[in-house]
Amino acid sequence: MININEVIETNKMVDEHNLDVRTITLGISLLDCIDSDLKECNKKVFEKITTTAKNLVATGNEIEKEIGIPIVNKRISVTPISLVGASCCKKPEDFVSFAHTLDDAAKVVGVNLIGGFSALVSKGMTKAEEMLIKSLPQALHETDRVCSSVNLGSTKTGINMDAVRLMGEIIKEVAEVSKDNDSADCMKLVVFCNAPDDNPFMAGAFHGVTEADAIINVGVSGPGVVKTALEKVRGESFEVLCETIKKTAFKVTRVGQLVAKEASERMGIPFGIVDLSLAPTPAIGDSVADILCEIGLEYAGAPGTTAALALLNDQVKKGGVMASSYVGGLSGAFIPVSEDQGMIDAAKIGALTLEKLEAMTCVCSVGLDMIAIPGKTKATTISGIIADEMAIGMVNQKTTAVRIIPAIGKDVGDQVEFGGLFGYAPIMPVNEFSCDAFVNRKGRIPAPIHSFKN
Amino acid sequence: MEQDKIIITVVGKDTVGILAKVCTYLANNKINILDISQTIVQGIFNMMMIADNTNSEKEFDQCQKELDQIGEELGVQVKCQKEAIFEMMHRI
Repeated sequence: MININEVIETNKMVDEHNLDVRTITLGISLLDCIDSDLKECNKKVFEKITTTAKNLVATGNEIEKEIGIPIVNKRISVTPISLVGASCCKKPEDFVSFAHTLDDAAKVVGVNLIGGFSALVSKGMTKAEEMLIKSLPQALHETDRVCSSVNLGSTKTGINMDAVRLMGEIIKEVAEVSKDNDSADCMKLVVFCNAPDDNPFMAGAFHGVTEADAIINVGVSGPGVVKTALEKVRGESFEVLCETIKKTAFKVTRVGQLVAKEASERMGIPFGIVDLSLAPTPAIGDSVADILCEIGLEYAGAPGTTAALALLNDQVKKGGVMASSYVGGLSGAFIPVSEDQGMIDAAKIGALTLEKLEAMTCVCSVGLDMIAIPGKTKATTISGIIADEMAIGMVNQKTTAVRIIPAIGKDVGDQVEFGGLFGYAPIMPVNEFSCDAFVNRKGRIPAPIHSFKN
Repeated sequence: MEQDKIIITVVGKDTVGILAKVCTYLANNKINILDISQTIVQGIFNMMMIADNTNSEKEFDQCQKELDQIGEELGVQVKCQKEAIFEMMHRI
């Protein structure tokens, strides 16, 4: 039987160390909504989402109450819209109509974000995919809850440099249209290499074509819990350190597994995966950077950071993998800058640079995330940054991503405010030497030699 | 959830009659207490009960609200959760 110390431990994790389930994300396939008539297709999309997800928020709230652990977000991911709209969209504005439909559906069912306004162009772009990408500045600006992702490369296909170049320009345009709001529309747009089909986290969630009709994916969180556990083993050996992280990650992931199973049963929708993640928020004590400091660094970004993060990421996976029957998504420690108070502090004081962040992305999930850079940064420079990150993902057979915010009208020394879970960020300096001639070459970078495993 | 067991926790400053009030409420609502333990952690009173609400006519969330109310009257925090979360986290 459960004993009192175990009960106290669990409740402390929630009350004092910010343990929560970050998101229940309902993936919905829209492939059966495809229609050659734009209006009809939009109508089918709206109906499918609002029918499938009608109980999502209520179910989430119910589970939250029963087990006493907050489920912060309820979200939806859908089949990449570039596929759904391919047969009925003749111009970028047609794709914008889908963004509105997704936004309306999200509002009706009460989810705070909906992902899947996406295009998968890792090898080449269809006309539809190019139109969707070109519709992004307008689509993201006119909607509140729609998130977009573009997969630009993979280990199997190489990197589509034409799309990388285009995305550099598009990110600048997205920033420009929302310049009155600290270019905040860029928060809803992420580019990937090796994008997973079952990621529950925004902005990159979409429901891959390999998935079932509908599926429940859950993303857990708990940097505060890991940090607190590590406080008790200060000065101990790496063995003790790693064991502590593993045990904590196991407990955190068990919560996700329970929530995923319950949600799946109650909604009659199959359980997909649990994403074993340490996802920070700007709340004090909910920071991945603080864990790195607890491991022994003065600030995130100090020498040793990459090694500490590699260790952390690996132990989180080792502990979490046994706690869940299916693991997937991004799984690992997230290192967004604006959403993590410890990262913000490190960036402000100059301990953390873009280059160090890039190194860190080699050993953890995701990539350059929620980083504000000067608004004057050239589109080709942004493309260069993206290409570097995609190359890391491609060569290391892992997911990498870039969610970067060129804050129009702001420069190093300024700050951007996104509010809520998205936090705030100091503008970080960017290497300004040109990569124009590299980015302006046409075509794609071939897949690396170790991708030929057949 | 399959299990009908619930975990009731009381956390706060120790005062006279906490146990009596909570137990009376449970008895009135046909919730059977299976186990009680208590401890003081850093000067704070912690009590935990494992109970069975199979025969209770009251909905779980209604019990939660009413126990929360009792806690407020006593100046302590009373929580009511399904046992599944603790089983899941602490048992393989």
